[in-house]
Amino acid sequence: MTDATAGATPAVDPGRKSKSIITTDDNTRRRNRAEKRFQYYGIAAIGVGVFFLLALTFSILRSGLPAFTETAVSLEINLSQEQFDEAESKLLKTGAYEQLFVQALQQQLNAEGEGDVEVEEDAVGRIMGNVGSEIREFYLANQDQLGEPVTFNVPASSRVDRYLNGGLSRESLAESKFLTPEDLDIVDRLVEAGTLTNVIDWDFITGTDSGVDNPGGAGLGASVIGSFFMMLVVLVLSLPIGVAASIYLEEFAPQNKLTDFIEVNISNLAAVPSIVYGILGLAVFIQFAGLPQSAPLVGGLVLTLMTLPTIIISTRASLKSVPPSIRSAALGVGASKMQSVFHHVLPLAMPGILTGTIIGLAQALGETAPLLLIGMVGYVARGYPDGIVSGLMDPNSAMPAQIYTWAARSDPAFYEKAWGGIIILLVFLLAMNALAIILRRKFERRW
Amino acid sequence: MYDADHNRTENRVGQTDIKISAKDVQVYYGTNHAIKDVSVDIQDKTVTAFIGPSGCGKSTFLRCINRMNDTIDIARMEGLIEIDGENIYDKRVDPVQLRAKVGMVFQKPNPFPKSIYDNVAYGPKIHGLAKNKAELDEIVETALRRGAIWDEVKDRLDAPGTGLSGGQQQRLCIARAVATEPEVLLMDEPCSALDPIATSQVEELIDELKQNYSVVIVTHSMQQAARVSQKTAFFHLGNLVEYDDTEKIFTNPQDSRTESYITGRIG
Repeated sequence: MTDATAGATPAVDPGRKSKSIITTDDNTRRRNRAEKRFQYYGIAAIGVGVFFLLALTFSILRSGLPAFTETAVSLEINLSQEQFDEAESKLLKTGAYEQLFVQALQQQLNAEGEGDVEVEEDAVGRIMGNVGSEIREFYLANQDQLGEPVTFNVPASSRVDRYLNGGLSRESLAESKFLTPEDLDIVDRLVEAGTLTNVIDWDFITGTDSGVDNPGGAGLGASVIGSFFMMLVVLVLSLPIGVAASIYLEEFAPQNKLTDFIEVNISNLAAVPSIVYGILGLAVFIQFAGLPQSAPLVGGLVLTLMTLPTIIISTRASLKSVPPSIRSAALGVGASKMQSVFHHVLPLAMPGILTGTIIGLAQALGETAPLLLIGMVGYVARGYPDGIVSGLMDPNSAMPAQIYTWAARSDPAFYEKAWGGIIILLVFLLAMNALAIILRRKFERRW
Repeated sequence: MYDADHNRTENRVGQTDIKISAKDVQVYYGTNHAIKDVSVDIQDKTVTAFIGPSGCGKSTFLRCINRMNDTIDIARMEGLIEIDGENIYDKRVDPVQLRAKVGMVFQKPNPFPKSIYDNVAYGPKIHGLAKNKAELDEIVETALRRGAIWDEVKDRLDAPGTGLSGGQQQRLCIARAVATEPEVLLMDEPCSALDPIATSQVEELIDELKQNYSVVIVTHSMQQAARVSQKTAFFHLGNLVEYDDTEKIFTNPQDSRTESYITGRIG
């Protein structure tokens, strides 16, 4: 046998020259150049990606960070019972309090040796917004504080905010009745005197949305709660449904035309535009089932439909990646199919399932289009839900819907709020991705 | 041959019984006729080796004996296989119960990614063989001793089974298989992924196991078949060509194909 094969090989030319491997030949040089070139392409591609990421981060932070601060006057007011009664007896009660504020402000300026700054009531009304009603509301609620010094942090109007952040020019105010260029002089003097300062606006994070005329008071808090309830619905529904469907398809279902058809459809559903799920939700959950509009429950149901294919695909992929030898081993010692799946396959697939689920949730958290159609966009979330049922059923907004609503409002001050909202949304998304990584690490450590 | 096993007192001393009996077994993978008319009687307390070239159906036939082929959708089996006179393909037979009686060791060591203890304890746990922790501990220790690995792992039962060496892993898998108190032990090329030293350890173990079990081993190595088995079956292209005492197969084969294979001319 060996003789026969040797005879078939062509003989080597006895006169051939031995090649040196010290000098590289043309072919090798060309190949090396191509490889270098490819590496440069790769580095360039990564560079472009990193540049855009940095540019995006920079622009988001630059435009969004001012939303987290507000310009406020910190002022100590000592209101006596007589002053309170007198103000309450007046016809224009908030005006009376505004007057008291102006007096106190002038006193403080005088005391600090900045007496040359003259604050007149009309200007203060424009600069400080509705300071009068704020003080009145405080004293009405806390009458026991009368006669004691109380420190107020009163926010200035959003226009002052924007002027100080460089977002508003004097020229644009020439015709404005909300704020005049002369008012800005007072603002400048107050800033110099250290009366007007920049403080963190906690209301932006914890507060509710305001109307279109009050950008300064707008907060994302209510829509964070709305998003939270939506995610709760998505998690509670899509994780068990998705995992059960994947396990059945991957481990139990027979391979036939029907399962192939289902498989193809699941892959296609993952690619369906989210607005299609939105209109489906509108038709099925709101118009047919009669669930309330703008409710996080409906939003959650729609997002569940959208997230399910993602979860099923990632769960099936992680089930597939469990080596078949583990299944054989379990069956070989007499485990039933279900025992082999639940005792051995599922624990090994868990990190992948969790990662897929959290990525699916993160995707759902940022999804806006389906929410447009079920009425969550445009709804002004002015209040917090007061319980789980109210949280699910009462109309609310969600983070991306709120951001969209703000961006669509005409007042440029809301634009800044929209950027700020995006920062909060991104923080949540980053936190969820970090959680996915931590969970994967944790589960993978169990060999 | 003296029966030392208390579980099998019904066996008559000095006589080997037929444990597994296959009659006219056909296996199809889709349209591929993988096993043709195989009839064989496998004896209790004996090591039976299945040899033959790759793709000859020896593993397929082995997997019929504990119905592992059931898990392959396209596989179809005809004919009769009886263990202790009971048809294992009877409608009333639950394959899970069958697999507890017929243990299996696979080609590649496949311990669960759990501790050594849990690997062995898993089978007894799901079959409810132990009433309490102490009994389970005893079963695990006995199984590990039978798997000839107790001395190497007794101090680290909590260590992961996947952290052992290849030979140790395979012996752990054997211990795992014997922990469920099977009567038949099927081994599908148990040494093909092992080095010569680990192989000889596993072979020694197989030799000991035949005191208690009917062992069926598929192997590519004719030397291994000659070393460990008392009976040898030669498969070729889905047919059982020859089945006889190992000594006879290797010294005086009746069929010319068997002779060609064991002398290295085909395969």
